[in-house]
Amino acid sequence: MPKRRDINSVLVIGSGPIVIGQACEFDYSGTQACRVLKAEGIRVILLNSNPATIMTDPEFADATYVEPITTDILEKIIQKEKPDAILPTLGGQTALNAAMALHKEGILDKYKVELIGAKVEAIERGENREKFKSIVSNIGGKSAKSEICHSLEECLDSALKLGYPLVVRPSFTMGGAGSGIAYDEEDLIKFVATGLQASPTSEVLLEESIIGWKEFELELMRDHHDNVVIICSIENFDPMGVHTGDSITVAPAMTLTDREYQHMRDIAIAVIREVGVDTGGCNIQFAINPVDGRMIVIEMNPRVSRSSALASKATGFPIAKIAAKLAIGYTLDEIPNDITKETPASFEPTLDYVVVKVPRFAFEKFPGADTKLTTHMKSVGEAMAIGRNFSEALQKALRSLEKKDAQFDFSKVTESKEDLIEKCKYPTDGRINSVQRSLLSGISLQEVHEASAIDPWFLDQIMLINEIANEIKLANKLDFDLLKYAKSHGFSDLQVAQIRNTTEDEIRELRINLNLRPVYKTVDTCAAEFEAKTPYHYSSYDRETEVAKSNKNKVIILGSGPNRIGQGIEFDYSCVHAAQTLKLAGFETIMVNCNPETVSTDYDTSDRLYFEPLTLEDVLEVVHAEKQSGNLIGVIVQLGGQTPLGLAQKLKDNFVPIVGTSPEAIHLAEERGAFGEVLEKANLISPEHGMASSFIEAKEIASRIGYPVLVRPSYVLGGRGMEIVYDEEMLLKYIEKATQINPEHPVLVDRFLDDALEIDVDALFDGKEMFLGGIMEHIEEAGVHSGDSACSLPPISLSAKHIEQIRESTYAIGTGIGVIGLMNVQYALAGETLYVLEANPRASRTVPFVSKATGISLAKACARIMLGATIKELRNEGLLPKNKDGATTFKESPIAVKEAVLPFGRFRGVDSILGPEMKSTGEVMGIDTSFGTAFAKAQSGAYSGGLPLKGNVFVSIADRDKESMVELIKKLKDLGFNIYASSGTASYIKKFGIDSKQLRKHHLGEVEGETTSVQAIRNGDIDLVVNTPYGVGPRTDGYQIRTAATDMSVPCITTAQGLKAALAGIESLQKSGFRVKSLQEWAKDINSAREKMVS
Amino acid sequence: MTFSPALLVLEDGSIYRGRSYGAKGETFGEAVFTTGMTGYQETLTDPSYYKQIVIQTAPHIGNTGINDEDDESRKIWVSGYVVRDPSRISSNWRSKRSLEEELKRQNIVSISGIDTRALTRHLRDKGAMRSGIFSGELDNKNQDYFLKKVLESPQMKGADLCGAVTTSKAFNVKANGVKKFKVAALDLGIKNGILQRLTNRGIELEVLPVTSNFDEIMKYEVDGIFLSNGPGDPATASHAIDLTKRILKENIPLFGICFGNQILGRAVGFETYKLTFGHRGINQPVMDLTTKKVEITTHNHGFAVKAPIDKESETEFGRVMVSHICLNDNVVEGLALKDKKAFSVQYHPEAAAGPHDADYLFDRFTELMSKK
Ligand SMILES: Nc1ncnc2c1ncn2[C@@H]1O[C@H](COP(=O)(O)OP(=O)(O)O)[C@@H](O)[C@H]1O
Ligand SMILES: Nc1ncnc2c1ncn2[C@@H]1O[C@H](COP(=O)(O)OP(=O)(O)O)[C@@H](O)[C@H]1O
Ligand SMILES: [Mg+2]
Ligand SMILES: [Mg+2]
Repeated sequence: MPKRRDINSVLVIGSGPIVIGQACEFDYSGTQACRVLKAEGIRVILLNSNPATIMTDPEFADATYVEPITTDILEKIIQKEKPDAILPTLGGQTALNAAMALHKEGILDKYKVELIGAKVEAIERGENREKFKSIVSNIGGKSAKSEICHSLEECLDSALKLGYPLVVRPSFTMGGAGSGIAYDEEDLIKFVATGLQASPTSEVLLEESIIGWKEFELELMRDHHDNVVIICSIENFDPMGVHTGDSITVAPAMTLTDREYQHMRDIAIAVIREVGVDTGGCNIQFAINPVDGRMIVIEMNPRVSRSSALASKATGFPIAKIAAKLAIGYTLDEIPNDITKETPASFEPTLDYVVVKVPRFAFEKFPGADTKLTTHMKSVGEAMAIGRNFSEALQKALRSLEKKDAQFDFSKVTESKEDLIEKCKYPTDGRINSVQRSLLSGISLQEVHEASAIDPWFLDQIMLINEIANEIKLANKLDFDLLKYAKSHGFSDLQVAQIRNTTEDEIRELRINLNLRPVYKTVDTCAAEFEAKTPYHYSSYDRETEVAKSNKNKVIILGSGPNRIGQGIEFDYSCVHAAQTLKLAGFETIMVNCNPETVSTDYDTSDRLYFEPLTLEDVLEVVHAEKQSGNLIGVIVQLGGQTPLGLAQKLKDNFVPIVGTSPEAIHLAEERGAFGEVLEKANLISPEHGMASSFIEAKEIASRIGYPVLVRPSYVLGGRGMEIVYDEEMLLKYIEKATQINPEHPVLVDRFLDDALEIDVDALFDGKEMFLGGIMEHIEEAGVHSGDSACSLPPISLSAKHIEQIRESTYAIGTGIGVIGLMNVQYALAGETLYVLEANPRASRTVPFVSKATGISLAKACARIMLGATIKELRNEGLLPKNKDGATTFKESPIAVKEAVLPFGRFRGVDSILGPEMKSTGEVMGIDTSFGTAFAKAQSGAYSGGLPLKGNVFVSIADRDKESMVELIKKLKDLGFNIYASSGTASYIKKFGIDSKQLRKHHLGEVEGETTSVQAIRNGDIDLVVNTPYGVGPRTDGYQIRTAATDMSVPCITTAQGLKAALAGIESLQKSGFRVKSLQEWAKDINSAREKMVS
Repeated sequence: MTFSPALLVLEDGSIYRGRSYGAKGETFGEAVFTTGMTGYQETLTDPSYYKQIVIQTAPHIGNTGINDEDDESRKIWVSGYVVRDPSRISSNWRSKRSLEEELKRQNIVSISGIDTRALTRHLRDKGAMRSGIFSGELDNKNQDYFLKKVLESPQMKGADLCGAVTTSKAFNVKANGVKKFKVAALDLGIKNGILQRLTNRGIELEVLPVTSNFDEIMKYEVDGIFLSNGPGDPATASHAIDLTKRILKENIPLFGICFGNQILGRAVGFETYKLTFGHRGINQPVMDLTTKKVEITTHNHGFAVKAPIDKESETEFGRVMVSHICLNDNVVEGLALKDKKAFSVQYHPEAAAGPHDADYLFDRFTELMSKK
């Protein structure tokens, strides 16, 4: 059954900003879908609010809308573009829920658009936990005992029937949002409130707990001819009770006999048929009781999911791409297998290797967050590794995390048995390390199994690793056989060095002398049964390598590894752009990365893909393998964020050619002293600062430059470990903590610039000329990390003089450092003084945003410049505009506002104030003709509901901000809001004629007849919170107010600048509502304006 | 890390060094790879693997041990076993003993620590070939010795092996539940999975030795006859082929699996031929040409029937069509006689190991027997 002829245009819905539980895997799937549809000659219309995605690059769709994903916007797009169909199954839960909302509002019927991929009824059956349970029982499967509830009362009743512990699971959510394990009634009350809130249908399932059972997932695909295939089986290392997103997972399943596996497969196929997912992918989770094999169906997601991305990377079977083809009418047997080209896609991939995924957490950024892992996902990213056996894959995955202490430690165990067992019991980030240490200390496999419920097979594998470590330790001499044995179980040179008390360099030298190097195998979907046409490689210590010779000039691009706060999809975006443009320029592009969620690890993105950790050893080996097979021009370290940048010098020391900015120049920007000299030469200033390696030194510096000061360890990204310190006592506390963060590097102490305007600049340099990519003005003042601050491009309040000064300064810094490629500079404007905060000699987080806002591909230009092109040449070629640059604005230019998306909702009890340490996971863009509307769009994209247009505002303002905010509060009143205030704020604004309703302070306690601010928020009476912080810590009112707002998803503004921007937004929204305009339409306007400027 | 060494030697002279696994000694057979990720117990006990050294492409083997329920026949049939990473422990609630213990108990010479992917690629390109595993005392033997021994071992082409795997005397298997039919199953190396699938449909079985003749079979007053899977070259099975011709002549409902498909093919006049490396795995896409639906199936065959796919063939027994093909390479995977009550498939609808997609074929058989 070939392609349907009645579908000529399709609206694809993306997944919006990166949040916990929904990361760049949906960029990967969406990008694949857009590509497929376009190649089929279908007009593609795309909506996604996330500018950092590849899918929103204008060439992937015919009309790309970077607008909030709301029913209102969707209706406007449908009205304007009149698509024949909507494809909602590739944009995660966001897209699925958006499509369901369109259905409920009658919009699908009104405009006669069809949902393809999954029908409304199928989504309903899959996502509604109650309906799903009855489906499972219809087909003869089993689910855990449960009750469906819509209110707290119902929940309490059901709990009596089911008994504790209980699992609370909301409908139509993902990433375990709003779910939890309740051990008693108090827990239950807490979880039910958030659970009902999280579910768009206010529905939760209370379920008997089956913590400790084995957990599995199957990825399925079905076509409309009812052909069904299983793409991948995944087994969780962590048993039930830990969300699969937070579990270490393994593909294929390791501990199932064929009977059990086939039973699971039968049930899965029956479920997908009964639910009626007629085309596309879906994912079904299972639990198995290890004692008797009883199997239970946990849930299904009738869409492409995070696990589908993992399964695609793990098997080489591109689920999203195939799903898109199935949605427009093809059947599986009509689609060729992408990798073999000759066999069809209607088969089940088989693996001759093992894949391990490990989650990456960011608890260190959220002090106070509960670090126990539960049903509610908390990880911010993941790394995947491939090996020829489990131990190899596991150890590679752990080192891919790039986290201190993530790799196994084989030093003598000093902890007590009780402590170790205790740590094995509770799942946390790093439990696997406790398990390994326990086994190393001699605790028996059985005991560790009893404590952790982790399958003995996995535990034995860890024992094997420990045993090998012991052999390495005891061997008189490391010979070829022993070292090969260790390498084939995943030991890194560094680990071996640590065990042998020597250096990584020495082990590497020994290994190379022994001629012991990894071979590279191919991921081919078929365990070598057919020839693979796609060079998708992973390393292993085995007999035969499969790297093909090539006579093209090669460039290796180093990716950015697992997503983490501060280093996410934005860097992948730049890497992908480099691959695209260098391919066009005739190079053979080679990608190295270990993040399964990304577009860069799609084997279609580059000419060759190495799915490898980004450590020195692993990268050097890829370089070696590629040098053996052809002419390597160089390695790009500038685009993948701090991870590859940090490798630059060491790679160079090992004779690896680095293209673009040299490692020496990188050092000039990264090392404070050296950078200071660059600034001095350029006559620029930075905030007064000093470098301290002890508390005494820090104290001296701080008292010289005056408090408050900003302290941080050197060489960090995302403001890691950065704090504003107000006095000596705080300083002492900080130093005590900080010296543990990074003992090799000293602590920097800066004068903290109060009330300064922060500015971000991205610029290209070719050695002679500069091309200014864009200037962004932050909404929040300096002190809020640039990654967390909203910003506007073009700047809204900078004068032409400032802009000129910024241009000149940027040029001086870039040439002073010797940048070839991209550079990002952050400035702070305090009064009339322009300070340089830092310069990053690499592509920055803002590159995609700037590129989308200006229509200029900075990352592509950067890649070309690194390989020798000049800005002038690129202007002639058309990759850069003929004249002017990204900082030039025209009357026709849009205003683009970026807003950060924060994960506080995931970390119950963590204060939601912003500071110099970055906390956001993602971003959205609002683009429009006025700042107000663009800002309002950004808010609407970032927070469900967006800015309120009417209702009740609660204001509670710190004394120092009161004066500056009175006018703004008055404006709120004028716009029609009812003002509620805390006592101090109420009486202060009263003096200026603003009446308000006073709410009782929370810390005074709750009394009959008077509501506290926190109660009002929790009751849902407040539509907007304005709270500027005074004092931090969980006891303050501010903290309670913000936490309540986060829990209830009420927008919470914490700065005067933020409120000012919000007012602009509310005002323009009240006047005119949103209009939609595609990036292609904007580009046309900007380009014709640019043309006019020439003539 | 003290391992006892072992060698895998191929007839083209390639040598793979590994560690001794299972029993020690020397063993010979045709080197073939199978790509299934689950079901090693079923694979090892499948009589169709008789005289073959089986290579598992899945690296971890033995994880779930050996249990008492999943054997496909009375013993392990493979002549040797090649794996990469055998499990050190067994983890499954049904497990009774470890795989290595079982291999030792049944004296199966095996080898581990092999780059099974490199080996598979080699066999894929060069074709399945004779091979030997050597372990134990190796010191005083050299390359020439190993190769000579391998070259002395018999070829698969022309091998008549059913006699060795068939039951020595007839036995009866009761129908599961109400008995609806009685079927004679010619045991060419039959798998337990097939017995279960048939008896689950109310079929009482008389399992008969391969040498049984038509009259002996008909004594049991059967409603249908089943031709099982089995090892070896179908060209050698002349007795079974003649028997099948007779069955067709009498138009007794007939169903064949695997070897049975090749016998039916030859009985109606088609040729059989040896595939380069065969089909062995549990992920093979087969299309039922009558419904155009794809099923994921278990394969284990080194030979195949040569028949035109795009048109019916006129034969001595009327019209015969190719009912199923493998979508990977268009190999014939099933035959259906239009004018007789007979059909067969080259693959394994009983799965074990493998997916159950083709289970419906057993229903087709009962339907055929119901048609009066
Ligand atoms: N009844 C239960 N007992 C124990 N753990 C459970 C139970 N149900 C679900 N879980 C755990 O919670 C996690 C999340 O549940 P799931 O239904 O998959 O939510 P989501 O749709 O957010 O992925 C699962 O991965 C599993 O580990
Ligand atoms: N001297 C300073 N005064 C006020 N704010 C500062 C100062 N230095 C840095 N900041 C704030 O801290 C944030 C993080 O600092 P930055 O140097 O950019 O770290 P990172 O390299 O982690 O991005 C900046 O975005 C800015 O808001
Ligand atoms: Mg879900
Ligand atoms: Mg789930």
